[in-house]
Amino acid sequence: MTSPLIELKGVRKAFRSADGASRTVLDSVDFRLKPGEIVALLGQSGSGKSTLLRIMAGLLDVDRGDVLYRDKPLFGPAQGISMVFQSFALFPWLTVQQNVELGLEARGIAADKRAERAEAAIALIGLSGFEGALPRELSGGMRQRVGIARALVTEPEVLLMDEAFSALDVLTGERLRNEILALWVSGRMPTQAILLVSHNIEEAVVMADRVLVFASDPGHVRAELAITLPRPRDADSLEVRALIDEVYALMTAGEEGVSPSSAHPVHAHLSDRLPSADIGRMEGLLELLFRPPFDGSADLPKLGQQAELRDVELLPLADALNRLGLAQLTHGDLVITALGRRYVGDDKTLRQQLFGQQLLAHVPLVAYIRHSLEQEPSGELKEEPFLRLLRESMAPAEAERVLSVAIQWARYGEVFEYNFHTGLLELPDGPVGEA
Amino acid sequence: MHANRFFPSQVVAASGNRWDWALLPLVLALLGLLAYGAMQMTQPYQVGKPLALTLDPRFLPYYLLRTVLRMALAMLASIVFACAFAALAVKFRAAERVLVPLLDILQSIPILGFLSITVAGFIALFPGSLLGVECAAIFAIFTSQAWNMAFSLYQSLRTVPAELSEAARVFQLSGWQRFWRLELPFAMPSLLWNMMMSMSGGWFFVVASEAISVSNQDIKLPGIGSYIAMAIEARDLAAVGWAIAGMLVGILLYDQLFFRPLLAWADKFRFEESAGDTAQSSWLLTWLRRTERVRRLALLPAFGLELSFGWFRRRFDGTSVRARPVPVSPLWSRTWDALLAAAVLLAVWRLLSFVHTEVGWSEVGHVFVLGLYTLARVLVLIALASLVWVPVGVWIGLNPRWSGRLQAAVQFLAAFPANLMFPVAVMFIVHWKLNPDIWLSPLMVLGTQWYLLFNVIAGASTIPTELRLAAQNLGLKGWLKWRRYLLPAVFPSFVTGAITASGGSWNASIVAEYVSWGDTSLQAQGLGSYIAHMTSIGDFPRIALGIGVMCVFVMGMNHFVWRRLYAIAENRVPF
Repeated sequence: MTSPLIELKGVRKAFRSADGASRTVLDSVDFRLKPGEIVALLGQSGSGKSTLLRIMAGLLDVDRGDVLYRDKPLFGPAQGISMVFQSFALFPWLTVQQNVELGLEARGIAADKRAERAEAAIALIGLSGFEGALPRELSGGMRQRVGIARALVTEPEVLLMDEAFSALDVLTGERLRNEILALWVSGRMPTQAILLVSHNIEEAVVMADRVLVFASDPGHVRAELAITLPRPRDADSLEVRALIDEVYALMTAGEEGVSPSSAHPVHAHLSDRLPSADIGRMEGLLELLFRPPFDGSADLPKLGQQAELRDVELLPLADALNRLGLAQLTHGDLVITALGRRYVGDDKTLRQQLFGQQLLAHVPLVAYIRHSLEQEPSGELKEEPFLRLLRESMAPAEAERVLSVAIQWARYGEVFEYNFHTGLLELPDGPVGEA
Repeated sequence: MHANRFFPSQVVAASGNRWDWALLPLVLALLGLLAYGAMQMTQPYQVGKPLALTLDPRFLPYYLLRTVLRMALAMLASIVFACAFAALAVKFRAAERVLVPLLDILQSIPILGFLSITVAGFIALFPGSLLGVECAAIFAIFTSQAWNMAFSLYQSLRTVPAELSEAARVFQLSGWQRFWRLELPFAMPSLLWNMMMSMSGGWFFVVASEAISVSNQDIKLPGIGSYIAMAIEARDLAAVGWAIAGMLVGILLYDQLFFRPLLAWADKFRFEESAGDTAQSSWLLTWLRRTERVRRLALLPAFGLELSFGWFRRRFDGTSVRARPVPVSPLWSRTWDALLAAAVLLAVWRLLSFVHTEVGWSEVGHVFVLGLYTLARVLVLIALASLVWVPVGVWIGLNPRWSGRLQAAVQFLAAFPANLMFPVAVMFIVHWKLNPDIWLSPLMVLGTQWYLLFNVIAGASTIPTELRLAAQNLGLKGWLKWRRYLLPAVFPSFVTGAITASGGSWNASIVAEYVSWGDTSLQAQGLGSYIAHMTSIGDFPRIALGIGVMCVFVMGMNHFVWRRLYAIAENRVPF
């Protein structure tokens, strides 16, 4: 067996937040990136896959464990490892050519040599003629081409792609990814291994030789799936669709209300990462699920296609419906519950009431805030103590996101209100939810 | 090109194009003037010997040249200072903890304070030469320019977008390469904006920095500022008029030959496309870009920079032991904290004992009360100026036809030294026998009110069109329209303007509370006039006391009023 390009052994990474509390983002992660393979990391946001990518790029150091590049410890960014960024990270004041030359310039390579290599890379990625353009003159797809040329011009052995196609529209992203695959198959790329972090399940299945599914708190590899189908792979072929279904099932496994082995419901915590699910969309998705052709039960990829939602949008919605008991996630399928059927049939006011009841019953954070507010004679509390509570187990930005999701849901369910100007959480005026 | 084909090719190739030839005289004249001005700065000089100055307007261009040169040198020094400060403060946490509070203090020290402390030292540095006094004047201008530039650069460097910063690391840029390729370009727009503000500040204090009358020194360096000082002493209104004209020319020259081209050039550093920004244009830059030879000359620094990238590059890879992160030992940072705390305690103790022995506590109380007077003036005047300029600014900002033209005019007014209007005020007050305690006060905001107007215009002109249409559609009228729509929309930019205006007013109080016209001088009770008076008689302990108290007031205002308002403006609108 060939020796791995990058090897992680028992890696642990924790971040210290502003108030001194330490959160573990990754724990005991083992990983090997071997020559000749494309590996995709999948997982919901906050599962630490981006952190893992940045550790391999030498941008972050680890608290425990080893990071080896070609059997040598890696302390910082290395010449043989290059990266493509989600929002391109082009320097807006440099021309396309200057951007591509950046890595060569940093190494002190002579100007004529630099220009030669940059032009070759620009031609390879299909941007000839745009050398003198500024990034702001280019479309998103073309900007990412510059980002890829910039990464390839240094002739890296390892190419890291951090959601490289997710900022592009579907069509452009698909085209670019097929071109990268064609380059990879033809061997015109100097790169020996590609690691991509993605939200898009189809993208991962079409591109990768191995798909790793990440689970959060702390981040670890939950499942691994080898894909041996020959390239090019047709995203609509039966084999690929079957694999996509399988990955969906793996991705949603932890969110299923009832785990297949035991009949006990998964214990819900105060600090659960509530998915960023918009209520309007949740209801829309539930109605779609209820109506023909699904009639209450749907394969997630098909449902996503029908609703014109991307994975990164669909999965939080499915998760939220599952949490609230309006639908159930099993093996990558979403099935409407009896309560969900009742919900779809209700009018606006009843829906809100039902929503509020489900919140109090199934979302511990909302129930806890409501309970705390009821203890107060004034019926109001500052948001800070709740944020602090959340920050103990997640990053400050994530804590704010989770609290804002809780607030949105609670407003809809009329469980509590939030005054933006004063930063106070307060009990609603009228009779509330079930009370 | 056909006519050229009979000439040897070197001649054709070396001759440049017509743009080159047109620009050549301008470049040569500029170089000649700079050389001449620089030579004049190093004349022999003995302390006490008055320099020959005249109110003859024919000498005004020469004085203008000297002043412009001083401004340029001070600006250069400010840029270097800002870069060094920002780079140190951002790269080293230990340095940041000293430098940032230090700059906070430095920027609240009035310019006359610096001058009175340093002028003797500068003169001693170059005995027998004018260069010492020149340095003192340049340093004084520097102190009115450097601080906000340093702060702006520091803020920009701290807010470099994470992905760009990561890209710079992945592609292994060294600290030097990173500064020139990423950090400085990113900071450029706000740095330029602050340079323009600084230049305005420099013009405002040109009289104080050239006509040095601190610590019993009375030196007038050849320059516009000294010319104005002399005109005021001689009660020569015509000369004041000439000085105003000369200064207009100076400001215009800087605008057209320096800032416009820079702004137009820096357009490429704009980080994000925002609707409110329109590209600046400059005839000079367009001209320069069309030349061949001169342009190649301008490419030299770029070439030098690239060369330096080869020298200052990272010479080790990520697998080298040199890339290994060195953990900051908690012992070292704790020692550093302890040292800092000790230094602060020592300084406080020294200050207290100094005040106790040199000036006495009753004087401190007196100065503090004076500070309250000035505080009241600043607050009342900012409030009054807001009442006038917020509606005007909103009106201008909502009328796109006017906003473009008037914005330039307002910027110009901000650069215009309001102290030129002081003689008029003195005559007015003396003639009508008015109370100087009240009627001198408006002079404080004469120069700084424009920041208010300027920012409100900018804020109002960025109100989205849809919001305007919605307000129209809903038929919002009267007070409701202001409370629900216009005031919240301009509040953040109003706060920005008010911060600048208030800071400037404190600084201006030193020249505004103590004004003279010939041998008539008027004084308002306040901290500014106290400092001005003590500076002119050279009473160091009391200067220090006055400056210290002013620092306390300005920093207190910044901390307890403006920063809070700013935080509110960013997030929640209190209406």
